Amino acid sequence: MGEVYVITSGKGGVGKTTTTANIGAALAMEGKSVVLLDADIGLRNLDVVLGLENRIVYDLIDVVEGACRLKQALVKDKRFDGLFLLPAAQTRDKNAVSPKQMQDLCKELKEQFDYILIDCPAGIEQGFKNAVAGADKAIVVTIPEVSAVRDADRIIGLLAANDLHYPELVINRLRIDMVKRGDMMNIEDTLDILGIDLLGVVPDDESIVISTNKGEPVIATRNSLAGKAFVNIAKRIEGLDVPIMNLDEDNSIVDRLKRLFGIGKK
Amino acid sequence: MFDFFRFFGKEESSSKNIAKERLKLVLIHDRANVSPKFLDIIKGDIIKIISDYLEFDVDEIDIRITKVQNGESDYSSALVANIPIKKMKKIGKNSG
Repeated sequence: MGEVYVITSGKGGVGKTTTTANIGAALAMEGKSVVLLDADIGLRNLDVVLGLENRIVYDLIDVVEGACRLKQALVKDKRFDGLFLLPAAQTRDKNAVSPKQMQDLCKELKEQFDYILIDCPAGIEQGFKNAVAGADKAIVVTIPEVSAVRDADRIIGLLAANDLHYPELVINRLRIDMVKRGDMMNIEDTLDILGIDLLGVVPDDESIVISTNKGEPVIATRNSLAGKAFVNIAKRIEGLDVPIMNLDEDNSIVDRLKRLFGIGKK
Repeated sequence: MFDFFRFFGKEESSSKNIAKERLKLVLIHDRANVSPKFLDIIKGDIIKIISDYLEFDVDEIDIRITKVQNGESDYSSALVANIPIKKMKKIGKNSG
């Protein structure tokens, strides 16, 4: 029996789709069977991020409306054994599917896959309600900026209202140079405010843009810090104890000087 | 040129601390933004429990969630219930 994760954030543009694609690919690389479900009906993007946009025949709405069988709509990723995409419909809207239909769909997928990752649309309306309806667990993605953290807090409250009580946090696009200067909230600050468990930290990394340009998950890029971070997240989801990557936050000149004068924290 | 205050001073003026402070305040407000229905449920339950011990006018009861300051920059939410008592009931006096 598989597990259904919804990847959500409230705010748009913080990296939900990239996170979904990369955690999924990393889990598949670990030998798991994974299906990525794009719940962003009308604004689908998981297909292009994965580079599978030319292989779509049927979509999620076709499945729930019975226009095709589930198997016909699943797009197999040839680069990662065991990775499948269930694309969103592009010409419909969020009301084309109901929470009950999503629950039934998730139930069916759980019988065939180890992991079902749902890419939730931004916002807190119908699309969000649909995306969380069939989920067992939730992953909240945020970036260390006030607007994203505020929306993440709101989403955490709404998840609890939907019986998803212990969401885990992915801090995306952390810029170490800015953290060192004190111009970006660090991991501790963000956790302090949101009060949920940390699943992973993904540093800001050019290779994300490059790999997305090419339509391939960044975990396939050698020496990419972000790629490595996503692989670590996948391992933690599997239950492995992988420490948070050392992002060198405490070794700035300022911090070292402060320690020298006994001002900074130890 | 080096900014000595940045090196030796408190970090409070750094923009991330400003962000954190602003977020803390705005979230107290966001989180406290509960529906009147929710407060009515709480009010009903409180009345149920204390009416065995106290006499009061139900219309006088004021229940709300507010922001309280615990320290210089330490805020939290509090459920504040203002219940004017008309009379203590006997059972309350004896068991108290």
